[in-house]
Amino acid sequence: MESIIGEIVAKYNYWIYVVLMMIGFYAMIGKRNLVKKLLGMNIFQTSIILFFVSTGVKKGGAIPIVDKYQALAGGVDAATIVNPLPHVLMLTAIVVGVSVTGVALAVLQRIYKEYGTLEEDEILEKTQR
Amino acid sequence: MSATNLHLFVLVVPLLSAFAVNLLGRSSKQWIAPLVLGSLAFSVIGSLVTLARVVAHGTLRYTVGNWQPPFGIELVVDPLSALMMVLIAVVAFLASFSSLKSVEQELPGRESFFFTLYLILIAGLFGLVLTGDAFNLYVLLEITSITTYGLIAMGRGRAALSSFNYIIMGSIGACFYLLGIGYIYILTGTLNMADIARILPTLNAPVATATAIAFVLVGLWIKMAFFPLHSWLPNAYSHAPTGAGTMVAPLMTKVTVYLMVRVIITMYTPALVFPHAWITNSAVWAAALAIVCGSMLALGQKDLRRMLTYIIIAEVGYMVGGIFLANANGLTGSILHIVNDALMTLCLFLVVASIIYRQGTVSMVSMQGIFHRMPFTMAAFTLGAFAMIGVPPTCGFFSKWYLILGGIDAGHWEFVIALVFSSLVNALLFFRVIELAFFGSLGDGQHHEHTASERHEAPWWMLKPLVLTAALLIVVGLSTGPLVNNVIRLMIPIGF
Repeated sequence: MESIIGEIVAKYNYWIYVVLMMIGFYAMIGKRNLVKKLLGMNIFQTSIILFFVSTGVKKGGAIPIVDKYQALAGGVDAATIVNPLPHVLMLTAIVVGVSVTGVALAVLQRIYKEYGTLEEDEILEKTQR
Repeated sequence: MSATNLHLFVLVVPLLSAFAVNLLGRSSKQWIAPLVLGSLAFSVIGSLVTLARVVAHGTLRYTVGNWQPPFGIELVVDPLSALMMVLIAVVAFLASFSSLKSVEQELPGRESFFFTLYLILIAGLFGLVLTGDAFNLYVLLEITSITTYGLIAMGRGRAALSSFNYIIMGSIGACFYLLGIGYIYILTGTLNMADIARILPTLNAPVATATAIAFVLVGLWIKMAFFPLHSWLPNAYSHAPTGAGTMVAPLMTKVTVYLMVRVIITMYTPALVFPHAWITNSAVWAAALAIVCGSMLALGQKDLRRMLTYIIIAEVGYMVGGIFLANANGLTGSILHIVNDALMTLCLFLVVASIIYRQGTVSMVSMQGIFHRMPFTMAAFTLGAFAMIGVPPTCGFFSKWYLILGGIDAGHWEFVIALVFSSLVNALLFFRVIELAFFGSLGDGQHHEHTASERHEAPWWMLKPLVLTAALLIVVGLSTGPLVNNVIRLMIPIGF
């Protein structure tokens, strides 16, 4: 028991992203409202973004802004700065997420115009009629 | 424009003309057709030249912005990606003739938006086959998906709802892929595919590597509608505007299968994936299940286009199964089937587009006696159907032959049985349609014969690419030998 708790506390960032991911997954699959599904998708994406960002962290790492001349002269000690690459990747992933959300919202607007509701059950009822 | 980065221009020209279509197409519709056809014709020629160069001189590498790999993003053109570039260019070029006509009819006044998305999608597909960077691949995957969501949502009626379901499923797939890439990045510290392939075998982390590949594969399987994860595809493809369906249906799933081949061969190396018997066995079993279930579901459809979407699902099973047979014949068959299936699907969807253009629907009932009204279209349909069934001179036969040989080599009899079963079901499906189309009017007696036999063929713009595609089915079929020996064999990893 002790060791499991120790394990969880030591890697708590991963556990947070797993929990967030499951919340998002549940909302996408389980919720019947289309907007809630979309929000679930956003939570899902955010959890992965957090996961990536947390992998770049180092204990005692500084901001990865280094003096150019110093770096050219003596190189950079990678252990002293936070890894910036995951952050850069996630900037792109955030842009992708925002675009998908934008398209999805536009599509939702069209669905609302077509059916007058965003509840999946009511829409299915209307399509079967 | 130097010839060395011609493959980059194959991507850039459709991308830039997408914006030109948006700007100029709004003021005058006359700009759209020349821009779309011109840029795609350039891509066809450029990709053919690239393929010839790659076959003659070996793999081309291009570093974007002079950032050296593994730090910069690298474009890699090996024989397989050059082949895919030709395939994408040819299919998109042929489909765009038909799309120009059907969009004019179905989405009047919105052509410029449609073709902006259309060209960005094609540029994204080119990017997918060119990139040598795992994260870049995710971004391009989402570019193609987002444009597809938009194209599908432009349809009428339930299209928006189908598009939304596709958005949810597609995003789950993309997120799984991204998560898998995250694991790989933590393990190796790089995102360049060649670099990953170099570092991964030196690590001693079997569980983490297996988890990463599982996430990546499941993500791609959702995107390609592999059987238990297929639920979004039939609705999305059958409710999309006809013009979008003719291009999206042949290309999207096939390019995703290509990505799976790329991930397994180039990024993970077969030595890390195929020795895991439980992965390959369960994938082949799932593929066999996909083939059987896709075919069975197709049997129950009353609409030709919906029936074809279920056949696509069965065909995805062919290709995935072939890859996980883990032998040279299976892999050759799968790669060959990517090409063949794209052409067959294109042929059948062009037929659907022609029929919809003339009579507005492709329900089985409305197909009665259509042979007399649209003889050329239906002749091409018959040829496409023969290719799907796998009748010898057409290309469908040869890839199926390789797949069956691969199945026998690997001892996966369930896969062989599923292939034969699906061929029989395809024969049943298509002969039902052909019978209805050819003899359907006889049942009504002599009264309607006069109206039924009135010729009302599709316009030349739709007929010409269709006839060309039907001819390609036989040409590609007959040139299977050179295609396999000169291009596909180069991609089969050593040791097979």
